[in-house]
Amino acid sequence: MAQAITVTVNGTKRTKDVEPSQLLVELLRDTLGLTGTHVGCDTSQCGACTVLVDGRATKSCTILAVQTDGAEVVTVEGLAKNGELHPVQRAFASEHALQCGFCTPGLMITAVDFLARNASPSDAEIRHAIEGNLCRCTGYHNIVNAIRSAAAMMTMSAQSKVAAEVKR
Amino acid sequence: MTTATTTTYIGTRLQRKEDPRLITGSGLFTDDVTLPGMVYVSLVRSPHAHARIRRIDTSAATKEPGVVAVLTGKDLEATGVLPVFISVPKQSTSKHMPIATDKVRYAGDAVAAVVAETRDAAKRAADAVTVDYEPLPVVVDATKALEPGAPIVNEELGTNLVFTYPVKGGDIDKAFGDAEVKVSLHLVNQRLIANAMEPRSAAAKFEAGELTLWSTTQIPHFVQLIASLNLGLSQNKVRVIAPEVGGGFGSKLQVYAEELLVGHLAKTLGRPVKWTEERREGYLATVHGRDLVGDIEVAAKRDGTILGVRIRTVANMGAYLQAFAPVSATILHAFIIPGPYIIPAFDIEIRGAYTNTTPVDAYRGAGRPEAIYAMERAIDRLADEIGMDPAEVRRKNFIPPDAFPFNTITGITYDSGNYAPALDRALAMADYKGFEKRRAESKGRGNYRGIGISSYVEICGLAPSKANSALGVGWGGYESARIRVHPTGAVQVFTGTSPHGQGHETSWSQIAADALGISPNDIEVRHGDTFESPGMGVGTFGSRSLPVGGIAVHKAAEKIREKVIQIGAHLLEASPDDVVIEGGKVFVKGVPEKAKNFGDVSMAAYVANNLPAGMEPGLEATVYYDPPNFTFPFGTHVAEVEIDGETGAVELVRYSACDDCGRQINPMIVEGQLHGGIAQGIGQALYEGAVYDDNGQLLSGSMMEYHVPTAEDVPAFKLDHTVTLTKTNPLGVKGVGEAGTIGSTPAVVNAVIDALSPLGIKHLDMPLTPEKIWRATLKSKGEGKR
Ligand code: FES
Ligand code: FES
Repeated sequence: MAQAITVTVNGTKRTKDVEPSQLLVELLRDTLGLTGTHVGCDTSQCGACTVLVDGRATKSCTILAVQTDGAEVVTVEGLAKNGELHPVQRAFASEHALQCGFCTPGLMITAVDFLARNASPSDAEIRHAIEGNLCRCTGYHNIVNAIRSAAAMMTMSAQSKVAAEVKR
Repeated sequence: MTTATTTTYIGTRLQRKEDPRLITGSGLFTDDVTLPGMVYVSLVRSPHAHARIRRIDTSAATKEPGVVAVLTGKDLEATGVLPVFISVPKQSTSKHMPIATDKVRYAGDAVAAVVAETRDAAKRAADAVTVDYEPLPVVVDATKALEPGAPIVNEELGTNLVFTYPVKGGDIDKAFGDAEVKVSLHLVNQRLIANAMEPRSAAAKFEAGELTLWSTTQIPHFVQLIASLNLGLSQNKVRVIAPEVGGGFGSKLQVYAEELLVGHLAKTLGRPVKWTEERREGYLATVHGRDLVGDIEVAAKRDGTILGVRIRTVANMGAYLQAFAPVSATILHAFIIPGPYIIPAFDIEIRGAYTNTTPVDAYRGAGRPEAIYAMERAIDRLADEIGMDPAEVRRKNFIPPDAFPFNTITGITYDSGNYAPALDRALAMADYKGFEKRRAESKGRGNYRGIGISSYVEICGLAPSKANSALGVGWGGYESARIRVHPTGAVQVFTGTSPHGQGHETSWSQIAADALGISPNDIEVRHGDTFESPGMGVGTFGSRSLPVGGIAVHKAAEKIREKVIQIGAHLLEASPDDVVIEGGKVFVKGVPEKAKNFGDVSMAAYVANNLPAGMEPGLEATVYYDPPNFTFPFGTHVAEVEIDGETGAVELVRYSACDDCGRQINPMIVEGQLHGGIAQGIGQALYEGAVYDDNGQLLSGSMMEYHVPTAEDVPAFKLDHTVTLTKTNPLGVKGVGEAGTIGSTPAVVNAVIDALSPLGIKHLDMPLTPEKIWRATLKSKGEGKR
C-alpha cells in the first residue's frame, strides 16, 4: 500500500506517495527526477548513490523512502547555494578529481559530511572516509587532493567570517 | 598552408569544460533518460553455463501485471547477428544472436526479454519465465577447451579453436642454441571485469519513422551502423546518442544485444523503451578482459643481453567472439611484447579458445598489459638468475635513442623513443639507490620489502587504415572532425571521438584554440551524437582519441585558419602571408591596431559580398584524418611494497612513474589518465580476478566478491614525464589512456616477488592476495626447514 511521506529535499518540502518497498534512490531519481544521484551497484558497495540524510552521508540504495519521512535530504543538486558552488564542488573541478563524473556526486556528498566532522583531515583520514565510494577513473589521487583543498578553503572562509565578525 | 605553431593553450592545465555539469548533477547519463509512456526491459538469463534450450514457457510471465510483451530468441531473429569487426587468419567465428535460440553457452546468456510498465514489473515477470534446459558438459579453462574430447561451445564450428596466431622474427633456434642462460615462466594473466562505475544502459524511442537510441557506448557510430543494418532502418533514420558515459575501459566498446533489443522494441511497440543493467547482471553479461595463460622463455647471455624470446599462449575468448575480441589477444599483444628492448629473435604463438564463460574483449590496455607483463616479469626472472640489477638488465637491452625510427623484430616501426631518461627519472623519484636500507629496516620489523620496475612501450594511435586492413581489422582507423564557425564567430567542433571521462571537450578546444588564434572559451566541442558529428566517427578506445581524433580537430582548425587568413587579408588589403590571428584578432603582422575581429571575418564569410575572387562562402571544415603510423608512448614505473610478515598483506608504500606520451595537450588530464590507469593496474596485480567454478558459475559475481580498489588500497602517485615528440602527426602527440595500466601491473608484481625472493619465491600469479602470499611464505619456510 502506498503511503504519503513528507521529505525536505534540497530545502523544499515534498509530499509524495511511496510504496513500502521503494528505495530512497528511486524516490529521488524516478519520482522527483533528481538524476544527479546515481546507481552503480546492487550490493551497497559503490557509494554512487550517496546523499545527505539529516546531515549524514547515506547510501540512498540502502534506505527505504518511508524511512526518510520527516527527514532532510540533500543531493548533489542541492550542494550549491544561491548559485554559488560548495567548496567541495569547486575543489573537485580545480583538482581534476573527476573524469567520467559518475561517482562524483556520491563522493562529494561523502566529503561534505566528512569535512563537517573533521575540518583538517590527514590524507589517511580522507582515504578512510571515502573508502565506501568507488571511483574507477581517477585512482583517487586527485579526489584526496580535492578534499584536502576543500578543507583548506572551508577553514579559510570560516576564519574570514570570524574576522569579519570581530571587525564589526 | 600556414601551420599553427603557437602553443598558447596547448600544454596548459586548462580547467575542464565538462565539470560544471558533472559536479552539479545536471549531466545526462543514459539511465537518466525517461520519456512519457516508457516501458522497461528485463532479461531472463541462463543459470547454466552450457545447456540446450528445450522449451521456454512465457505464459505465466505474460499474465503478470504490467507486462507489455515477452520475447524469446525466435522473436528477435530479425535483429540479426551481433557483429565481429575483426578477422585474423583462419578465424572461426561464432554466430552470436542477441538472444540465444538453440542453446546457452555461458551463465548469463540471455534467453528471453520481458517488457513491462515499470522496472519492477519487468523483473518480476522475468522471474516467471520458465525455461526447460538440458544441461551439457561445461568447459571453463581455455587450455582444456582445446584438448580433444572437450565439450564444443559453438557446435557449428566443430572446434573450440578460434585462431592460431604466430608472429616470428630472427633465428629463434640459434638464439636458444647460443644462450648462456635460459629462463622461463608460466604466467596466468587472470580474467578481469571492467567495472565502469556506470552500469550499461540503453534507451530508445521511435517517432515519425526515426529511431533515437541513447547508449552507454564508446562507439556510437558503430552502434548506429549496426542498428541501421540489423533493424532494417535507413541510416539517416537512426540517431545514436552517447550522452554522459560513466567510464568504459573497453567494456562499452561493443555493439551489444541490448542496444539492438531496445531499438527493435521501440520500433515494434511504438513506445519508448529502456534497459539498464543491474551490477550483478553486468558481471555476467558485459564483456570481461584479459584471461591469457602462457609460457615465456628468454634466451640470454650472462651479461644480461637478450638473444631471443619464445612464447606460447592460450587466450580464453569466452563463449562468443565479441566485436573486437581477437585483436587484444593477437595484434595488440604479440607485436608489442619486445617493448623497449632489442630482441634479436622472437617466436610467439597464441591460440584462442571458446569456453563456457562470459565473452572476453578489450579491457584498458587490451593485449598490451598482457604483453608487457610477460616481458617485464621475464626480465626480472633473468636478472635474478644472473644476479644482475634488474634496472641494469633493462638499460642494457634498451633500443638506443639514435636507432629511431626503429623496426622491431615483430615487423612494426617505432616512431620515436628515448628510454633511459624515463628509467633514470623514475629510479631517482623512487630513491632506488636507498632501497636496500629500507629493505633492511622492514626486515627488522619482521616484514618483507621489495621494489619492482617495469619499462614499457605501447601501441597507440589506432590505426592507419592500411595497417588495419593488413591485420584483419575490418574498418579503417581514421577519425573525423568538423568545425563550424557561425557568422558571429561562435565556434563548434564536432568530433568523431566519444569520450567517457577523457575530457575531449577541454583538450580539443585547446587544440582548436591554438590553431584558430582564439580562446578555448569561445569554442564548444560536441560529441557522441551521430546526427551532429561527421558521417562516421570511429570512437574512443585504444588511446587513439588524441593522436587520431585530436589531429583531425587540429587539421580541421588549420583549414578554417587558412580561410580566415585569406578573407582577413582581403579585408585588410594585405598579403595572406603577412596576416596572423592572435587573441581573436586578425591583423597584419606588426600592425595589431588595424585588426579585424575573428567575428568580423566569419561574418564576412557568410555575408559573402566581399570575398577573395572565386572563394566559396561559409566557414566550415570537415576532416577525416588517417594516421600514417601508430604511435609508441613509453615509460618506466617503479613500485615499492612492504609485505606484512604475519599476514601476507601488501602495502604499496611508494609509487613512482615517468611516462612519455609525446607532447601533452593538458598535463592535468594526462596525469588524471595515468592515476586512473595505474590504479587499475594495481587492481589486477593485487586485488582483482574473475573466478569460475568447474560448472561455469561465476563465483566473483558481484562487487562483494570482486574487489575493485578503494581509496585505501592505492597510494598517492609520484609522476614525472619526459617529452619525446613523434613525427607521425603534426602535434607530436602519442596518447596516454592506457599507459598507466600497462606500466603498473608488472611493477607491482615485480616488487612483491622481489620482496619474497629472499624466501626463494620466483613467481606467484595475480592477484597477489594476502592469502596467496601467506601460503607461499609458509611453504617456502617449511621447505627451508627440510
Ligand atoms: S548504488 Fe552502489 S552503494 Fe548505492
Ligand atoms: S570519475 Fe569515473 S568513476 Fe569516478
